Amino acid sequence: MVHLSDGEKNAISTAWGKVNAAEIGAESLGRLLVVYPWTQRFFDAFGDLSSASAVMGNDKVKAHGKKVIDSFSNGLKHLDNLKGTFASLSELHCDKLHVDPENFKLLGNMIVIVMAHHLGKDFTPEAQAAFQKVVAGVANALSHKYH
Amino acid sequence: MVLSPADKTNVKAVWDKIGTNGAAYGTEALDRMFLSFPTTKTYFPHFDLSHGSAQVQGHGKKVADALANAAAHVDDLPGALSTLSDLHAHKLRVDPVNFKLLSHCLLVTLAAHHPAEFTPAVHASLDKFLASVSTVLTSKYR
Repeated sequence: MVHLSDGEKNAISTAWGKVNAAEIGAESLGRLLVVYPWTQRFFDAFGDLSSASAVMGNDKVKAHGKKVIDSFSNGLKHLDNLKGTFASLSELHCDKLHVDPENFKLLGNMIVIVMAHHLGKDFTPEAQAAFQKVVAGVANALSHKYH
Repeated sequence: MVLSPADKTNVKAVWDKIGTNGAAYGTEALDRMFLSFPTTKTYFPHFDLSHGSAQVQGHGKKVADALANAAAHVDDLPGALSTLSDLHAHKLRVDPVNFKLLSHCLLVTLAAHHPAEFTPAVHASLDKFLASVSTVLTSKYR
């Protein structure tokens, strides 16, 4: 469960309201694959990931980024029960996808950086702090069912 | 992890672009870090950490100047950062996990202020640079 003040909840919905979620998703996943190339290990089927421009322009990366961010967006509506909301996704990532939970932290921080990139000064230290709590909560929830 | 010639070029270009804003960005990164990662405040019990604090501003400038120096001597980070490395190992003893937190907040700050320059490739170079600096600063810990 993420504990957010009313101010923090406000900061989150204000910031999220200013961005195009699909773009944030595509950008965040793309940058994850560029900045931490070892994360490409999960995406052999995605085709050309050989350069930054190939990654950022890759349609499968964009589509997957949108899938991921839709899930994240859903999480934003259930901040009082992230573990419940992400329970089956957690099982999937452990049992079928075999993703090290460290990757959830990396992607969460990418989302924060991309938010800053899009919002500039509007992504205040307070807004960032609220988002850091959320991405940490989501990463935690996604690793909760690991065994 | 090795900084490629392209990485070094990217880092120097960013620092040229930062120009005289270094101190302001250093301060902003610290503000962001103290707010987002409250455990980092434990290293500054002697500081006023409120927004606008002169002590945080002074420290932000210190951090920025050290990074500018590192960027200017990117071919020899151990040499350029030797004194700071000793300081962190023997006096400050900041737990290594915290370097990632400050590095992250520096990236957030740069992304917010220089969106055009902060391309994925430059972002990658900066991340590697900050990780290299962090490695050097913790290299004499034990």
